[in-house]
Amino acid sequence: MTTVETATGSAKTMVLNMGPQHPSTHGVLRILLELNGETVVSAVPDLGYLHTGIEKSCEDKTYSQAITLTDRIDYLSPLGNNLVYCLAVEKLLGLEIPKRAQYIRVMMVELQRISSHLVWLGTHAIDLGAMSVFLYCFREREEILKIFEMFAGQRMMTSYIRIGGVALEPPAGWREAVGRVLKMMPSRIDEYETLLTENRIWMARTKGVGYISPEDAVALSVTGPTLRAAGLAYDNRKFFPYSSYDEFDFNVPTRTESDCFARYMIRVAEMRESLKIIRQAMDKITNEGAIKTDAPGIVPPQREKMKTEMEALIYHFKIFTEGFSPAPGEAFVTIESPRGELGCFVASDGSPKPLRVHFRAPSFINLQSLPKLIVGQLLPDVIACIGTIDIVLGEVDR
Amino acid sequence: MNTVTESTSQSANVVVEHLRAWNPKAVAEVIQFRDETTIVVPRELLRATAARCREDAALQFNLLTDATCVDRYPVEPRFEMNYHLVSIPRSDKLRLRVRLSGSDPSVDSLIPVWPGANWLEREVFDLFGIRFNGHTDLRRILLPDDWEGHPLRRDYPVEGFRDVPSTGALFRKSTP
Repeated sequence: MTTVETATGSAKTMVLNMGPQHPSTHGVLRILLELNGETVVSAVPDLGYLHTGIEKSCEDKTYSQAITLTDRIDYLSPLGNNLVYCLAVEKLLGLEIPKRAQYIRVMMVELQRISSHLVWLGTHAIDLGAMSVFLYCFREREEILKIFEMFAGQRMMTSYIRIGGVALEPPAGWREAVGRVLKMMPSRIDEYETLLTENRIWMARTKGVGYISPEDAVALSVTGPTLRAAGLAYDNRKFFPYSSYDEFDFNVPTRTESDCFARYMIRVAEMRESLKIIRQAMDKITNEGAIKTDAPGIVPPQREKMKTEMEALIYHFKIFTEGFSPAPGEAFVTIESPRGELGCFVASDGSPKPLRVHFRAPSFINLQSLPKLIVGQLLPDVIACIGTIDIVLGEVDR
Repeated sequence: MNTVTESTSQSANVVVEHLRAWNPKAVAEVIQFRDETTIVVPRELLRATAARCREDAALQFNLLTDATCVDRYPVEPRFEMNYHLVSIPRSDKLRLRVRLSGSDPSVDSLIPVWPGANWLEREVFDLFGIRFNGHTDLRRILLPDDWEGHPLRRDYPVEGFRDVPSTGALFRKSTP
């Protein structure tokens, strides 16, 4: 159990145990705060309450079976987790994905980014006392989750992105459904901004709170909106494009204040950029075309083929009983998840089960910067700072 | 089957040549696989090589994005520490690798080079039992402090050691 040595002598400090059941820790995070009056002197995060050994479980599953486990890492962005894992396995196999499937993937992860940022905005606002924003955000998020249900049959744990492409053909009426969200969102984002951006209480609670210098942020491996709010335009979609992101036209919003308010502005701007990407992806997705690559023995064959071709039936049986065996080697892929750089490292020893699957979890690594943000701040600012780095404890503890 | 052709990126060669010119011993082996460059570094030269990668004006690997371990049990040396570096100014990636034996799984900590290595190394210590020399705070991070063994090792069963249940001593200690 983590403990804190309190300062002795004339300094009178008190140790406050925050969490693991505190609502503003967004899960089960425990922070030991040493306070001098209301000022934070030191902070020690204590994690692991949600550790489920996902990386170990992956080693006992075939490559395809592990996809369902990835959903549960960052439960606000399951499609992003599916994508990074599939990209890593595809890189290991040397597979090339049809363009149409790549655009569908881009559209889905961008919808996911908006829904994740909506949860962040709603919960962050409720932490700081703005109740109504939460209700509005969840109202819009529901519309996006309905789209996921249309595509994947599931609202949350989608497992829609598979090795070699996506699981299913886009459903009938998907263009209208996505079009409705595209039409609705800009005015709704304006609505959140009306409620918050120039709200005096909001500004007082977030402006100048939780500063981190760009040098410290890079040294502590911080990525995502927190790094971009410090002035560095580091975004994997631009730096190391995957899934044809280089064909899309969008901006990477940055700011220089590096406080809680700047991070809020970045995420709001990112939602607007995501809408631009989704609109372009919709135009690029044709009505006809492959959603899976043609790789017998790796990608399950089409149902019709299985009923007419002997080989297809054999491949289907082998994929689901034994799996497939990539050549020995390692692959490391990073994508831009709503929280930062999400990486997946997959090592193969030539057997049908991965030798090692590791996730570079942005929440876990960004959380490391928390003491840097809150030391010297007041106790209520701790809540603003935890919210602003946008942690998902499922991803922190894996 | 559609496959991506293997190619060796030019920038990777530049990085390798640059490190060789600095210290020929630092580059023990270079592995090219799927457009990813891995430089195998001798254990005693890891910290110096990492510092060079960060400080050198021609390399500028300023972000340590990930550090993780692979256990190749029963092959010896069984552990492979992989450090994934990113250069934001040059938009380039590199992997440094150190091989560690099962009898002495220890390596220099990279906290003096990147403070962000702290939790990454704690995680590897927790789950693999690799010791990082010079680490300022080498404690378990994900598992309880009274946990026995290191679960991500390949000789640790997936379902755990069921015949040895947790004693719950720590829980009792913390709840008076």
